[in-house]
Amino acid sequence: MSAPTDPTPRTGALARLRNSDLWRSFLSHRGAVVGAVLLAVLIVSALLAPVIAPQDVHDPRALDLWFSELPPVWVEGGEWPYILGTDVQGRDILSAVLYGSRSSILIGFFAVLLSLAIGLTIGLVAGWMGGIVDNLLMRFGDVLLSIPAILVAILVSSLAMQVIPSGWRDVTAGAVLVAAITLSNWVQYARIVRAQTAVERRKEYVQAARLLKVPARRILAHHILPNTLTPILVAATLSFGMAILLEATLSFLGVGMPPSRPSLGTLIRLGNQYLFSGMWWIVLFPVLQLSLLVIAVNLVGDWLRDALNPKLR
Amino acid sequence: MLVFVVKRLANAAMVMLVVAFIAFLIFRFIGDPVNLMVNEQATQADRDELRTRLGLDQPFAVQYIRFVTNAVQGDFGISYRNQQDVMTLIAERFPATLELVLAASILSLAIGVPLGVITAIHRGRWFSEALQFGSILGVSLPSFVIAILLILVFSVTLGWLPAFGRGETVQIGWWSTGLLTESGRRAIVLPAIALASYEITLVMRLVRAEMLEVLRSDFVKFARARGVPRRVIHFRHALRNCLMPVVTMTAMNVGTLIAFALVTETVFQWPGMGLLFIQAVTFADIPVMAAYLCLVSFIFVALNTLVDIVYAVIDPRLRDATA
Amino acid sequence: MSVLRTTLMAGACAVGLVSGLSAETLRWGGGRDINSMDPYSFGSSYTLAFLNHVYEGLVRYDENLQIEPALATGWEILDERTWRFTLREGVTFHNGAPFTADDVLASLTRVTHPTSPLRGNLPAYASAEVVDDHTIDITLTGPYPLLLNDLTNIHIFNAQWLVDNNAELPTDFGAGTESYATFNANGTGPFRALERVPESRTVLEVFDGWWDDAQHNITRIEFTPITSAATRVAALLSGEIDFTEDAPVQDLARLEAAPNVTPLVTSDLRTVFFGFNQNETLHDGRPNAFTDIRVRQAFGHALDLELIHRRIMRGMSRVSGSIVAPEIPGWREDLDVPPAHDPELARSLLQEAGAEGFSFSITCAYNDYVNEEEICNAVIPMLNRAGFDASLDIGPSAIQSQKSSNRQTDVFILGWANLPMLDSFSILTQVMHSLEGTRGVFNWGSWSYPELDALIDAASTELDFDTRIGLQSEALEFVRDNAILMPLHQQPMAWAATDRVSEVLQLGDNKARHWKTRIAE
Repeated sequence: MSAPTDPTPRTGALARLRNSDLWRSFLSHRGAVVGAVLLAVLIVSALLAPVIAPQDVHDPRALDLWFSELPPVWVEGGEWPYILGTDVQGRDILSAVLYGSRSSILIGFFAVLLSLAIGLTIGLVAGWMGGIVDNLLMRFGDVLLSIPAILVAILVSSLAMQVIPSGWRDVTAGAVLVAAITLSNWVQYARIVRAQTAVERRKEYVQAARLLKVPARRILAHHILPNTLTPILVAATLSFGMAILLEATLSFLGVGMPPSRPSLGTLIRLGNQYLFSGMWWIVLFPVLQLSLLVIAVNLVGDWLRDALNPKLR
Repeated sequence: MLVFVVKRLANAAMVMLVVAFIAFLIFRFIGDPVNLMVNEQATQADRDELRTRLGLDQPFAVQYIRFVTNAVQGDFGISYRNQQDVMTLIAERFPATLELVLAASILSLAIGVPLGVITAIHRGRWFSEALQFGSILGVSLPSFVIAILLILVFSVTLGWLPAFGRGETVQIGWWSTGLLTESGRRAIVLPAIALASYEITLVMRLVRAEMLEVLRSDFVKFARARGVPRRVIHFRHALRNCLMPVVTMTAMNVGTLIAFALVTETVFQWPGMGLLFIQAVTFADIPVMAAYLCLVSFIFVALNTLVDIVYAVIDPRLRDATA
Repeated sequence: MSVLRTTLMAGACAVGLVSGLSAETLRWGGGRDINSMDPYSFGSSYTLAFLNHVYEGLVRYDENLQIEPALATGWEILDERTWRFTLREGVTFHNGAPFTADDVLASLTRVTHPTSPLRGNLPAYASAEVVDDHTIDITLTGPYPLLLNDLTNIHIFNAQWLVDNNAELPTDFGAGTESYATFNANGTGPFRALERVPESRTVLEVFDGWWDDAQHNITRIEFTPITSAATRVAALLSGEIDFTEDAPVQDLARLEAAPNVTPLVTSDLRTVFFGFNQNETLHDGRPNAFTDIRVRQAFGHALDLELIHRRIMRGMSRVSGSIVAPEIPGWREDLDVPPAHDPELARSLLQEAGAEGFSFSITCAYNDYVNEEEICNAVIPMLNRAGFDASLDIGPSAIQSQKSSNRQTDVFILGWANLPMLDSFSILTQVMHSLEGTRGVFNWGSWSYPELDALIDAASTELDFDTRIGLQSEALEFVRDNAILMPLHQQPMAWAATDRVSEVLQLGDNKARHWKTRIAE
């Protein structure tokens, strides 16, 4: 995620990368470096949560009320190993934050991945086929974009809660959120790719390839797709940040991840209730983690957008 | 020109029909309305009778057409939870949301434009860089976090501004406004800032980008070479050039802000339609959800269509491109 | 009787009043909104308590929770099925109409209508007959000792007003009409309804024509539901509201420390307990291990009630082994011993019953009871450490109570205060009895114990108080011996008021009575 990839990685990609303008621009951009390092640390620690977290937050037997409401260890009354303290259920805040970031990152990542898969496919098909198919697909996208993303996501996940039997909700909550975010996220990629495809389709080299009976799949994959990668990469990075924010918002509103599988938004919702009871650590650490995470993504995304924007070079 | 307008309107109508279809599907198939309406002792005969009365035994297409016909007339049925006409419920809350959104829009222009200009003109200076970094905070901090922080600092710690509600309101016809009373004006400050935080950043970044582009253009270089004062270049030429896209974006974002207001309204217990929607979501009050979906999408689509048409009137070249 | 009269010492002067607010406005912040302005549309004590400011019953509870006359000045029992009520003269409704026996008849007819959600609150009612303008006879289905207790919560409408506004029947969703009474009110109470915006605010103003001597000095009540606990506390601390009857227990220390707020904490009559589905199969078709008493007992031994009391309820609840509070007639000390917390015993009971790893879900709502979500979250690990495979099904109250009343839960949580009866007969007939007519309406686990039913039926027609209470205690003993319900505690009642309020009456039934509230002058 953090290391920028060359649009056409073939032979000696690494070496070319090192010498590329992009890499140099990256190194000279303080914000990007800080963001990338921060992001790497956050992602690695979150993904390793099951290994490094002192407590398995997802295990319904792990929470012990005896150890609830402990402050962080450096505050009087804090107890090892609850470094960042515990919440009212005895949930270790450090573990919860790690697991929570893991949920947030995975949901954001898969939402973007799925959006890319759908967006690229639909964009290519629409741009290549043109005509009525193009019209139908893109109009469908228009409709989705005419409903604000947050509304689409809330509707999808709250309706899913109605339909899915309660025993399954813990397991499916993540997937539901991925679907809810994807539903309005894929359209932007489809638009980018479709526009590019429609332009390339008319170019001579494509016409020639078609005459030579090169399969459409090949033309699309080898010639047209690579040309769209730059704007797609920028959009994907920025919408990774957006997806994390959207997930956090849904969970904060109570239509996202359940308390038994808390994401950062869920933790903030739960902790918000204890804002005045002196237990600041319950809400502070999830807030910090979420902010750092999105800031890191946006630092990288911003740099990427500026660096890849030919106008600003 | 007329053809373009008609085409654009037809397009918008199509989009709205599809949105209404989605709303109808939700209304019809999620949570059987009959089960939600009868009490548990109702017999099968009671249920069938109700089903007939509600027209749920008719063909699917007929039901959809009736849903759309009713919706166009503002009839979305009765709220399951409040036992009140849904449109009345929403209409009561609409002024609160719109006042909040307009306040946030004005705030984002009033703060975002100067910041954008400063960061563009003083590109590379420390305060400009600091503002740039601040703008990353603006897009990165979720609005509910900002809202919580504002409450913590300004209501609880300092006790300057209220943490919830709309204060006292004054009724002008069917419109209730909080802007005419002292307590109403105090109450809108924090929610408006929380809602605007993201938009401020967008405006600032857009102004900055546009300014930089204009400042790089040949015409500015030429003006500079001719010795036109910087101030004049910056404000008379550059800023004026970038105001159009900024105003357009702000206008189009009103729809998004209305949707995002539901987060702000939840935290501040602002009695707008976003809060109504979230409450409807918690109580599975499907008619309210369906109506809110239609209404917000309608505002969204109407704004987009309007902006497109206005643009086309101003700049005829766009007509062919988008038509 | 847990009765507390709290007089707050008013500070020398109230902190800077918000401009434009007269000193006599009480700003009341509720934990949730009332359901309707129609007292018959939803059976919630909370809504009824609010509406009691606008509407009144024939009788009411005094400051010692004893029955006292309200709209009726006297009553006599003509025969064991017929009661004659003498009505108060000179009472007017808010719209100026005089109060007569016709109003009582129309109200009783409306509340006992087959579509009325409140018909279970008047289970013994058969019919009523107007004798003259200020006398009415109420006929019952049989001998019944608790009619007066029931009548405290049957609010009286004006008959003509109901007719004029086409609201004689309880609200009917199916007809697609909204009832006038849902948003408007016309009672005889100390306050009249001025404005109602659901989920936003409900405004009452003082009714000068009230028949009783006003002890309050309030001219206006602004009720605002603030569902977020943190926001509610912030509003209290910053003085935006004067009073709440839902102060989060975790924030009481903070409120106590604030110079301008006084928390008012006492114990509630409401007992919170878990109940078990006792059908042969769970609602998803799997065999139901809860039909085995050992599994229910294991559930009880798995819970650490003391820990819940100390941590989640912050020491402010009363751990209970009984399903009724000590103040409720029928309670017996020997029945009030909770099962020992013993996970090992629980595990071996489960093994004996062959139900190790029995998987089920507990249905809870977010905030029907004090810290409900936290309680439910906390019992899951306790149960699972003892060998169950429990999961939590949490959702908004409206959805969850629908599941419960449709008997679609494995384990449910319920709190019962025995209101307005203040008698253990309330829980016995409505929760413990098999489902039959108005009996067992809240028997959400579908159990049926003929022996228990017989005790309850006998109590229902027993007019001698001591004999009746004896029968009810026996019934409660049966409930305990068969582990039908698993009580947790009597929940705390936490109110809070700012120093603008100088006097508040707080009784064990957790109902605000602002006609006794005084604002600091």
